[in-house]
Amino acid sequence: MNYNFHWKPVFNNLPGLLEAGMLTLQVAVLSMLLGICIGMALALIRLHVRGPLRWFATTWIEVARNTPALIQLFFFAFGLGALGLYLSPYTIVLAGLTFNNAGYLAENFRGGLQAIPETQIRAARSLGMTAPQAYLRIVIPQVLRIVYYPMTNQMVWAVLMSSLGMLVGFRELSGETQALASTTFRIFEYFSVTAVIYYVIVKIFLGAAHLIARRLFRY
Amino acid sequence: MITISGLHKYYGALHVLQGIDLSVEKGEVLSIIGSSGSGKSTLLYCINGLEPIQQGQVTVDGVDVHAKGTDINKLRQNMGMVFQQWNSFPHLTALENVALAPRIVRKKSRAEALDIAAKQLEHVGLADKLNVYPNALSGGQQQRLAIARALAMEPGYMLFDEATSALDPELVGEVLDTMRLLAEEGMTMICVTHEMSFARDVSDRVAYFHQGVMEEIGPPAQIFGDATSAHTRKFLANVR
Repeated sequence: MNYNFHWKPVFNNLPGLLEAGMLTLQVAVLSMLLGICIGMALALIRLHVRGPLRWFATTWIEVARNTPALIQLFFFAFGLGALGLYLSPYTIVLAGLTFNNAGYLAENFRGGLQAIPETQIRAARSLGMTAPQAYLRIVIPQVLRIVYYPMTNQMVWAVLMSSLGMLVGFRELSGETQALASTTFRIFEYFSVTAVIYYVIVKIFLGAAHLIARRLFRY
Repeated sequence: MITISGLHKYYGALHVLQGIDLSVEKGEVLSIIGSSGSGKSTLLYCINGLEPIQQGQVTVDGVDVHAKGTDINKLRQNMGMVFQQWNSFPHLTALENVALAPRIVRKKSRAEALDIAAKQLEHVGLADKLNVYPNALSGGQQQRLAIARALAMEPGYMLFDEATSALDPELVGEVLDTMRLLAEEGMTMICVTHEMSFARDVSDRVAYFHQGVMEEIGPPAQIFGDATSAHTRKFLANVR
């Protein structure tokens, strides 16, 4: 063991790493927001719709949950590329993460939706609310509380999963680290610092999630 | 006026309502009694369209509830319903529970809806619970909250589905008092109930249901004092 640590080049490039960290956070948050909307739609379709649309939702959930996230990203990068549709690295990662998030969240939401008694919907409908109003105002707010903490897990997973972006040419935190490290050969130092940045991003996020929960769920 | 004619309702092969004919006048209080599974609650669900029917007709103020073109949501605004399991919305405060439907269904302004809600909660004796979540209310208070929630839509009719059956005995009184108050104010009410004293003292008419059939209907004095049907007499002998 006579490896000499050289941290200086890493710290010189810290602003660049932090900027890439923001990109990581951004793509994770966006993919999560989109994933929540699509995941809820998939869960509702699976519970209430028959026919091709339900088949589509089931397939989405099955593929998203049972194939590696990396291969899902590759589909948006190279699969669509082979069909002549070229997406930017940012779009590929956003689409890939959204696809994965929506599939996992749909399963969480299904459990949450089934936990709300049918009588809640009846009570809402008896007041003259339409079915969409009953879902939007009565069912979904209660579901979101039930699935909130499982949902934060998925968000952490989205932050960490975004590191796969480096394999499709996306310069998020890992991609940026890889690029900088390869010019200085301080690979261990770079990725150590990057790991800390990931940790901090996730911690900040979980702290924020906790505060939001305290504000939203007062009952 | 609510008119029911030739109503048949099936759950699969089970013939729950077997040809019901009944009409309820404006301002009338009708109590429906009978043992569990006699179809009383189902009848209420058929009246406000929460359950589809297989044969017959239900009209409310001349509008056919189960006709294809009927705007059922509009119709339900005029028919408040109170359930056995009060079904308060747990994620909303008492005030929000009551204000929600006036705001999003009746399209009232937020301020106006909150104002209506506060008035209705005061009406049912919950003026001091406006900002409390339902989990901090007793069963009786939650049921009164449910009544206020239905009243906030200013309905012409109120349907009560065994509103006191799930309550602890000592909480039944406060809910019945609220229902009495409504009856005195002239509300048109159909009450499915196991509270015989309420049926006797408050109703204009009492109907006895037995195995999907309305065996008998008449003024309380007649039903409780001089029932013609053997089933009715047997039922009343058992509950007393």
